[in-house]
Amino acid sequence: MLSVSAISAGYGSFQVLFDVSLKVPQGEAVGVIGPNGAGKTTLMRVISGLVQLHNGAMMLEGHSIRGLPAHRIVEQGIAHVPENRRLFPRLTVEDNLRIGAYPPRSRRHCTEQLERVYTLYPRLKDRRGQLAGTLSGGEQQMCAIGRALMSNPKLLLMDEPSAGLAPLIVAQVFDLVRRIRAEGLTVLIVEQNVQQVLDVVDRAYLLEVGRIKLAGTSAELKGNDFIRKSYMGL
Amino acid sequence: MTGRHAMFAGLAVVLLALPHFVPPYFMHLLIQILIWGFVYTAWSIMGRFGFVSLGHGAFMGVGAYVPALLWNYAGLTPWVGIPLGMALSVLLGLVVGYPCFRLKVVGHYFALVTLALSQVVMLSIVAARDVTGGSLGFTPKAVGHSWFALQFPEKVYFYAISLALWLTGLAVWHWIDRGIGREALDAIAEDEEAAASIGINVIGEKLRVTLISAALTALGGAIYGQYMMYLNPETVSGIAVSLQIVFAAIVGGTYAAIGPTIGALLTISLNEGLRVAFGTNFIGAANTIYGILLILFIIFMPRGIVGMIEDTFKRRWRGKTASTA
Amino acid sequence: MDIYLLETIINGILLGGVLALLALGLNLIFGVIDVVWIAYADIVMCGMYLIYYLNAELHWPLLLACSVAIAWVAALGVLVHVLIIAPILGSAPINQLLATGGLLFFLQSFATLLFGTDFRNIGVRLPIIRLSGIYISSARLLAFAVAVAGAIALYFFLKRTFIGTAIRAIAQDRDIVGLMGVDQRHIYLVTSAIGGALAGLAACLLILQYDVHPFIGNTFGPLIFMICVLGGLGDMIGGFVAAFVMSQIISIGGFYFSTELSYVFAFTFFIVLMFLRPRGVFSR
Repeated sequence: MLSVSAISAGYGSFQVLFDVSLKVPQGEAVGVIGPNGAGKTTLMRVISGLVQLHNGAMMLEGHSIRGLPAHRIVEQGIAHVPENRRLFPRLTVEDNLRIGAYPPRSRRHCTEQLERVYTLYPRLKDRRGQLAGTLSGGEQQMCAIGRALMSNPKLLLMDEPSAGLAPLIVAQVFDLVRRIRAEGLTVLIVEQNVQQVLDVVDRAYLLEVGRIKLAGTSAELKGNDFIRKSYMGL
Repeated sequence: MTGRHAMFAGLAVVLLALPHFVPPYFMHLLIQILIWGFVYTAWSIMGRFGFVSLGHGAFMGVGAYVPALLWNYAGLTPWVGIPLGMALSVLLGLVVGYPCFRLKVVGHYFALVTLALSQVVMLSIVAARDVTGGSLGFTPKAVGHSWFALQFPEKVYFYAISLALWLTGLAVWHWIDRGIGREALDAIAEDEEAAASIGINVIGEKLRVTLISAALTALGGAIYGQYMMYLNPETVSGIAVSLQIVFAAIVGGTYAAIGPTIGALLTISLNEGLRVAFGTNFIGAANTIYGILLILFIIFMPRGIVGMIEDTFKRRWRGKTASTA
Repeated sequence: MDIYLLETIINGILLGGVLALLALGLNLIFGVIDVVWIAYADIVMCGMYLIYYLNAELHWPLLLACSVAIAWVAALGVLVHVLIIAPILGSAPINQLLATGGLLFFLQSFATLLFGTDFRNIGVRLPIIRLSGIYISSARLLAFAVAVAGAIALYFFLKRTFIGTAIRAIAQDRDIVGLMGVDQRHIYLVTSAIGGALAGLAACLLILQYDVHPFIGNTFGPLIFMICVLGGLGDMIGGFVAAFVMSQIISIGGFYFSTELSYVFAFTFFIVLMFLRPRGVFSR
C-alpha cells in the first residue's frame, strides 16, 4: 500500500535520512526499529508530510504523495499518531477526537467514527468531557490513537507509542494496537521497544543512522543475532 | 587606518564649514536630521538588543515639556530644566521598566506596555491643557539670543549644539557597544533565562540601557523644543512619534552606530520631499505614501538600509575572494 | 449608594461590552497567528468611516450600511493578513509588530486624505432611558447587548463548529494540526476574517455613540492593548474579564477626575497590577 523508495530527507542542511526504502503491504503491520536519533521520527514526518523529502519517491496505493502538505496527506488516508501523543491539552477528549475527523470527507461520518472509537476504547467515553491534558499517559495514548482513527485512515502511522509510559501501560498500549490490527487496518509503527513491537508486527526494518540496515519478517528479526544482542539484550 | 582618519577629518571639515555656504532652509533640515538622528540613536541603544520600546514618545515628550514649562512658569533656566526633564524621564522609565523586567515582560507584552505609556503621557499633556496648552501646543517665552534661556535665533548655534548632541549620541552608542556590558546584553537578547542562570544581572543590565536611552531621548526632546520654540503633544509624544522613532531606526539599521542617523536622513528627506510635492493640496497624502513605504520596508528590508548595504558588500567581498582563490 | 456613582458603574459595565469584543478579536488573532495587530483600533476606524460614508453620504439604511461594513472589515482583515502578515510570518516578531505599526500609520493618513481631520457623525440620536433616577444612553445599552451577543456567538462558534475547534487547537499546538487534516494557512485566513468581522461589529456599535475621525484609534487602541496584556495575551476569557475591569476603572476614574485623567488612572492601575502578576492578572 505504501511504498517509500530511496528517500533522503532532513532539516535544512542537516540530513537525517539517507536512501531509505520500505514497503508496507496492505493489511499488514510493519515496524521500524532502531536507536535514538536514527531518524525514525523524521521518517514518520516525511510520510505524513510534516517534513518534505529531498530525493526519492513516495507512493500510496500506486500514486505519488510526494510533496503533498500534511493536511492533504491526511485526506489521502494516512493518519499519524505523533511522538509524545501531542494532544491538544486544553481541549476535551471528545474535542480532540472530533478534530481528528476534520477533513471534509470524514466530517460527515464524525458521529459514527466517534462511536467506533468509544466502542474500541470505552475508557475514552467515560472521560469524554475531561481536558486532554489531565489524562494519564496511557489514556492520552488511547486518545491520540483514537484521534487518528477518526479520519478512517487506510494507513495508520504510530510514532513511538510506548514512549514515556510505564511498562504495564506499554503492554496495554500494544494491546490497543493489536485490536486495531484485528479490524484490518494497515499500520506502520516506529518503536524503540523492540520486544513489544516485534510481537505485534508482521515485518520490520532496522534503521540506524539514517539508513536501513536490516529488513525481514518479525520472526526473522527476532531470531537475528545482531538484533538480539544489540536491541534485546540477549 | 589613516584612510579612515582622513575620511573623518575631511567630514569634520565639511561639517564645520557647512553653515557658511548652506542656505537657512537646508540648515533647518540638517539640524532636524541631527536632532532626530540623535533621538533615533538613543532608541537604538536599547532597541538593537531586542528590547523594543514602542513608547519613546513618552520620554521625548516629558523631556521637551518639563524645561519649557519650568521656563515659562518659573523662569527656570533650561540648563536646570533640561536635566530635570531627563531625570523625570528616567524615573518614568524606572517605574515602567522595573516591573516589566523583573516580571519578565518581554517581546509583545513589553511593546504593548510601552505603547500604552506613550499614549498616556500624551493624554496627560493634553489633559493638563490649562498648563500645557493641550492640543494647541505650547510656546516657550522667547527672549531672543540668550545663553541663559538656551535660545538662539541664528541657526549656527543650534547647528553646533545639535552636532555636539549627535556626536554625543554616537559616542554613547560606541561606549555601550565596546563596553563590558555589551556581551551581557547580547546574552540577554539571545536567551534571558540562560543569561540569568550564568549570573548575569538581567534586570540591572536591561534597566541600565533603558534608563540611558530614556535620558538621551528626553535630552533630544528638550533640544528639539528649544530649537523649534514650539511644542505640540502630537509632534513630541504619543504613538505616532514612538512609531516614527522605531521606524527610522530600523529603516536605517540598528546594527551600526550610523544606522539610525541614516534613517533620520532618509525619513526627513522623504517627508520634506513629499510635503513639497503635495504642498497643502492633499493633506495626508505624504504620510499615506510614507506608511506604505514603511510596510514595504519591513517586509523587504528588515535589516534596514545599512544592513542591506552591509550584506551586499559582504556578498561582493566573498565573491571576489572566491574568484581569486 | 450615591446615584451618580451607580450610574457611573453601570455605564462602566456598558462601556466594557465593546471593549470586550475588541479584546476578543485581538486575542483570537494573537492566540492563533501569534501576531498583535497594532492597527486593530484603526481597522475599526475604517469600519466606522465606511458606515458614515454609506449612511450619511450615500443615504443607505443604517442596518444595511452596518452589515456591509462588517463584511467589508472582515475582508480587510483577510487582506491585512495576506499582504502584510503572511510575508513576514517567519521573521522576528518585532518585524510583525512594526509592519502592523506601519499599517496604523497608513490607515490614519489615508483616512485623513479621504475625509480630512474633521469629526464626522452619522447623526443618530437614540433616546436616553431613565430608570429610577439613573440616566442610561440607549445607544450604549444597545451596544452592550449586541457586543455580548457577538461574544456569545463567537463562543459557540469556537466550541461547536469544526473550524472553531480547529482554531482553538491551532492556538494550542500549531505544528501538528496538519496531521488532523487542518490547513494552517486556511485557518489563519478564517481567523483574520473573524478578527476583522469583530472589528466591523465594534465599528457599528461605536459609530452609534461617537464621532469618527482619523485618529480615533489612538483613543481606545492603547486601552485594548492594556486589557489584553492584563488578561493575558491570547487568553480570550482573561481579556473578556479584563475589559470589564478596565472599563470600570475608566468610568470611575472619569467620575472622580476627568475623562483624560481616567486614562492615566487606568494606566497606573495597569502598572500596579503588573507588579502583582505579569503574564496577565486574569489569565489561568
